[in-house]
Amino acid sequence: MAVLDHDPCGSVYLDNAATTPLRAEALAAMMPFLTDRFGNPSGGHRVARAARLAVDEARDDVADVLGCQPGEVVFTAGGTEADNLAILGVVAATGGKAVCPAAEHHAVLHSVQAVGGRVVGAGADGAVDLDQLAGALDDLTGTVAIVSTMAANNEVGTMTPLAEVAAVVADRAPGAVLHTDAVQAAGWCDLRRLAAPAALISVAAHKLGGPKGVGCLVVRDGTPLRPVLHGGGQERDRRSGTHNVAGIVGFATALRLAAEERDEAGARVRALRARLCDRLMVQVGGVVASVPLERALPGHLHVRVTECEGEAMLVLLDDVGVCASAGSACASGAVEPSHVLLAMGVPKAEALTSLRLSLGRTTSQADVDAAAAAAAAAASRLRAR
Amino acid sequence: MLVGMSGGVDSSVAAALLIEQGHEVVGATLKLWGGASDSGCCSVADVEDARRVAQQLGVAHHVFSFTDDFDEHVVAPYVAAHAAGRTPNPCIDCNRHLKFDRFLRRGLLLGFDAVATGHHARVAATPAGWQLRRGADPAKDQSYVLHVLGQSQLARTLLPVGDLTKDEVRGRAVALGLRTATKPDSQDVCFIAASGGRNAFLAARTGLHAAEVVDRTGAPVGRVDAVELVTVGQRRGLGAAGGTGRPRYAIEVDVPGRRVVVGGSDDLLRPAVDLGPPSWVGGAPIDGADVLAQASAHGPARPGAWMNGRVLWRQPQRAVAPGQAVVLYDPTDPDRCLGGAECTLFG
Repeated sequence: MAVLDHDPCGSVYLDNAATTPLRAEALAAMMPFLTDRFGNPSGGHRVARAARLAVDEARDDVADVLGCQPGEVVFTAGGTEADNLAILGVVAATGGKAVCPAAEHHAVLHSVQAVGGRVVGAGADGAVDLDQLAGALDDLTGTVAIVSTMAANNEVGTMTPLAEVAAVVADRAPGAVLHTDAVQAAGWCDLRRLAAPAALISVAAHKLGGPKGVGCLVVRDGTPLRPVLHGGGQERDRRSGTHNVAGIVGFATALRLAAEERDEAGARVRALRARLCDRLMVQVGGVVASVPLERALPGHLHVRVTECEGEAMLVLLDDVGVCASAGSACASGAVEPSHVLLAMGVPKAEALTSLRLSLGRTTSQADVDAAAAAAAAAASRLRAR
Repeated sequence: MLVGMSGGVDSSVAAALLIEQGHEVVGATLKLWGGASDSGCCSVADVEDARRVAQQLGVAHHVFSFTDDFDEHVVAPYVAAHAAGRTPNPCIDCNRHLKFDRFLRRGLLLGFDAVATGHHARVAATPAGWQLRRGADPAKDQSYVLHVLGQSQLARTLLPVGDLTKDEVRGRAVALGLRTATKPDSQDVCFIAASGGRNAFLAARTGLHAAEVVDRTGAPVGRVDAVELVTVGQRRGLGAAGGTGRPRYAIEVDVPGRRVVVGGSDDLLRPAVDLGPPSWVGGAPIDGADVLAQASAHGPARPGAWMNGRVLWRQPQRAVAPGQAVVLYDPTDPDRCLGGAECTLFG
């Protein structure tokens, strides 16, 4: 029997950028498809049809929230698969090159590198540097098939001005399509508006109160794309594999709720984040916000805490039940200097003092106050030596 | 207690023993090497093993990334030593700079009373101070690579498996149902991939140069591909045997001169060994003190006398390769490690 070293229910959970708690409504919507309505939607009989109906309705919901046609939604096993499908799929279909900024999520960055693409610099705020992007597109003139820039950065939370990126791409590489990894942004931003210029949009359910292991890639009609997974030809031949029916239903439910609550939740979480930031500045001291808060998603608070190694800070916070993160966790679970901060020009030693507190819809004022107090205690301990 | 858990059986049992003894235990795995390796203690699979053991024991587990310190204090000196024709022992540098410095400081900073590892050696408290002693299993004793620990480190260090033989450790692991019970012992240098070996690792980081092999008269007797990899005392791979038919040993390695001098086993014998700055567990022995001196991790400890930075052998001994540590033990209490130093000169 596995033993948990802490009780998740008793924790102050400030790692919503890593994943979010499942919404009760999503779980309730999923349950029938984990039990009675177990059919494979690709079949022709009534059990299959019942599952097919659920997937089709989920597709309608997702398309409505994301601002696309239902047929443009390709369900995937999450954000990483969606990013891979976008980059690898467009490059395979066109033979062209992929371009992305250096602060992208590894799902995009490593995909672009895997197909010999070009990585361009990021600005000091973690968003794409438009001049460097334009320069790279000029340099690769006529050969660029896809430009990928995230809607909001997963580590520091900076939102990308996608319309400006789209204008640069239309001007310098008119044949290229724009992909955006909207995995972090989808729970907070109106992608109907924000991601309108993108031909391809990646979304993951678990960042917005849905289950893990499901997401989608929006593929607007006319976008050249070759499948990465071959098989039964599901998702109009763009993504083979039996549908994760329960996951898809949970995803659609969570996405719809997130959209309905967006304005209210955004304002509330933004206010809590401001309170947390103020408290850290006062109680911890030596705290520098990595990006201006108004440029970041409502829940992201990424700071550097002078003289406090992130790795040690996390252990002390965890010890008192505060769950946070620092940098990007590698496969082993070690904290590595964040490629995002390095891309922003932050020196390595300073990058290692990173602390990311990410708030979510379930975060309370008490959570924020407890986290600030815990961080203050941890910092004074780490600075005492 | 903060237990350094490598994912191997020794540190798994060390954590289990401390829990049995009633200590509050947290596990931590050090990620030391960021490069490619298939044999080391830093692979994702090993971290998973450590994590799974921690889960099984019901303790929290963290991963600490010390890759920069490891590069600076272990890998770079290892490469530099080979490039200079020395024969380094990176485990000693890792214990000195990583496990019992960076990791120990991290543990104390986080509020732990002490750190523990799965090394086969013992820490004993005496009225005269902390002693470092050989582990109960002579074949697995690791006091040699721990000789760099001083009083301040030993005061904050627990070595729970030092009282057990390796078989007993495995027996405890089996009895506890630990998944690491039958995991093979780690071998070789942890950051070097078995597939490429030392040769490929060093070739990628420093030049490897062919050299002439000559006998003591300067007459050429063969060639080697990489003078940086030849160790004093080495017998194999030194080219054709001499006309005498006697085995030939490397007795001198001259990297800048691209030359290896070979001779018979008698030519290797030395009356003394010269040492660099020593590290003492307690105080330094007085000049002329009798010691037992051990020149390799599992080699024999031979009698001699400590004399102002040298060990004078009672009987002439095979030359120690520069870069190797000579670790001293107390002849009146042969399990007690006194400290040691690196061999500096040929001879």
